[in-house]
Amino acid sequence: MTSSPKKPAPRTPVLHPNVRPFYAQHSPDELKEALRRMHLVRKFEETAEDSYIRGLTHGTMHLSIGQEASAVGTTMSLRKTDYITSTHRGHGHCIGKGAEAKYMFAEFFGKEEGYCRGRGGSMHIADPESGNLGANGIVGGGLPIAVGAALAIKQQKRDDVAVCFFGDGASNEGAFHESLNMAAIWKLPVIFVCENNGYGMSVSTKRSMAVANVADRAPAYNMPGVIVDGNNMADVVEAMMVATARARGGEGPTLIECKTYRTRGHSRSDRNKYRTKEEIEEWKLRDPIPHFVNELISHGILDATEADTIEKSVDAEIKAGFDFAVAGTNPTPQSLTRDVYAREIV
Amino acid sequence: MRELSFAQALNEALAQAMETDPRVFIMGEDIGVYGGAFGVTGDLVHRFGEDRVIDTPIAELGGAGAAVGAALAGSRPILEFQFSDFAGLAIEQIVNQAAKIRYMLGGKTHVPVVFRMPSGSGTGAAAQHSQSLEAWFGHVPGLKVIQPSTPHDAKGMLLAAIEDPDPVLIFEHKLLYKIKGHVPEEQYLVPIGKAAVVRAGQHATVVGSAIMVHRALEAAEILAAEGIDIEVIDLRSIRPIDTATIIASVKKTTRLCCIYEGVKTLGIGAEVSALIAESEAFDYLDAPIMRLGGAESPIPYSPILEKAAVPQTDIIVAALRNLVKGQS
Repeated sequence: MTSSPKKPAPRTPVLHPNVRPFYAQHSPDELKEALRRMHLVRKFEETAEDSYIRGLTHGTMHLSIGQEASAVGTTMSLRKTDYITSTHRGHGHCIGKGAEAKYMFAEFFGKEEGYCRGRGGSMHIADPESGNLGANGIVGGGLPIAVGAALAIKQQKRDDVAVCFFGDGASNEGAFHESLNMAAIWKLPVIFVCENNGYGMSVSTKRSMAVANVADRAPAYNMPGVIVDGNNMADVVEAMMVATARARGGEGPTLIECKTYRTRGHSRSDRNKYRTKEEIEEWKLRDPIPHFVNELISHGILDATEADTIEKSVDAEIKAGFDFAVAGTNPTPQSLTRDVYAREIV
Repeated sequence: MRELSFAQALNEALAQAMETDPRVFIMGEDIGVYGGAFGVTGDLVHRFGEDRVIDTPIAELGGAGAAVGAALAGSRPILEFQFSDFAGLAIEQIVNQAAKIRYMLGGKTHVPVVFRMPSGSGTGAAAQHSQSLEAWFGHVPGLKVIQPSTPHDAKGMLLAAIEDPDPVLIFEHKLLYKIKGHVPEEQYLVPIGKAAVVRAGQHATVVGSAIMVHRALEAAEILAAEGIDIEVIDLRSIRPIDTATIIASVKKTTRLCCIYEGVKTLGIGAEVSALIAESEAFDYLDAPIMRLGGAESPIPYSPILEKAAVPQTDIIVAALRNLVKGQS
């Protein structure tokens, strides 16, 4: 759903006098594409997890299952020239910014066809061509990088934005403070999107933060701090619409806190010793995907058959992407040191 | 022949790069109206404005990360650390991000950022403002690490660093900022990765960089009066190291002494020694390789101790005399 800078966003007639801006200001096609991407994120991760369990891939991965509304809602209206910086739990951000599942699978399988030619893996999927500056294996690593990208945007007199994803855990890093402060004093077009899933690996926000919400920290940087239900597409997108307009208008950064939950563990090593089954089950009932499907149906944008068709089309895309990756090219050991430098000096 | 100080040469490089390339900008602590802690940026803020000569908050990690992000987004940032010691606060962005992003992304982007690193002891600033950390960063694939010793090379190497598509750390020894030397007015590049034989000699090769080149040259003059003829190589580039120049020199002189201010153990001298030991020059050696490096201690405050912590000219003279006479 990436649009060119000059092209105005398509508008649809207001469906109902009280309809929310999210539904009023996005075309049915855009809304359906958002749903398709949520499915794509979910099914990509389910297939990745399955591949790992079956021993088809190595390493680790961090699944965002349950967080798809936050990832897709924040990215669905971005331009190709807007930037994102992502996190170790970044598959959703990548797909939201337009990444194709087959190249993501290829990366996950360590193949030359992957987004990073097999050098990055699950934790570093990036596509600079589409403004995705990269997922990051360092908690908080992308925060100042997003600030710098926004600084460059401002210097180059563009009206693009940099969307910076991070988790509740990263908000306890020093990089968080330095980055929000710089973005605020320089009024940079950054949208800080905190996906607060309640845990920094195993340590809850209650145990790691002296305030109840990450957004409570925004006033210290004189920027708006907005809390949304991160499992509700409309809530997420509407907060982004305001923040993006503010950033493009030169009014500076916003901190959006998406309250959400990962129903899978932190990574493959997680035995869920720090949270209860009941808590996980309770959050599964708040799954953002069926919620969004129901909303679309109740707004008359989608019927059950079409919802099914969309999901099936994603299944096909995932299957094709998986097959593409399995058939991909393994790197040769001779290529080990390729791309360490842009200009090798011998 | 026009002479400039080392600091003026750096200033001129910054100004010329900003004049010719609108993507280039500088950021750092107190580099605006203050002109930089060592005066390198001087009046650049008045010439280029606050949008291109940016005073950052005291935030090394954030500043370094912002430089990396700007580089990824098409700008050409130069970040001045007030002291290279403070880069300790920014290791994450230099080592985990700048050095690795291109590789992690399969070569689909690059990070053209320059980190300026005022370094070295001799100013009485003690342990947290005096370190020589070149070897730390030289250990990291993805970074380029350079260390000029003259105003001429300071300008040419900084311009080369700005022009380079990869992250480059330029270590500027603080004791060199005021030395003067010939600096051409036009823009020119001194290539990264090339050492220079700054004094030809027959009896021993000394390899050093920055202030140690000057001390080695002083020592060589003293020893010349005794009939000992020292060849001095200015390393100029720590990563990559110009192995070929050192090998050729050692094959000629048959003796090698590495002099460096960083801590001796696991330092640049260890690397140069190993490169020679692994090369065909090993068979030419007439004496064991010698290393003179920084002491196994933090840099102390007392001027007596501070001098004792790094190789001084008298120590170098004695060591080289022993290297040449003791074995011949």
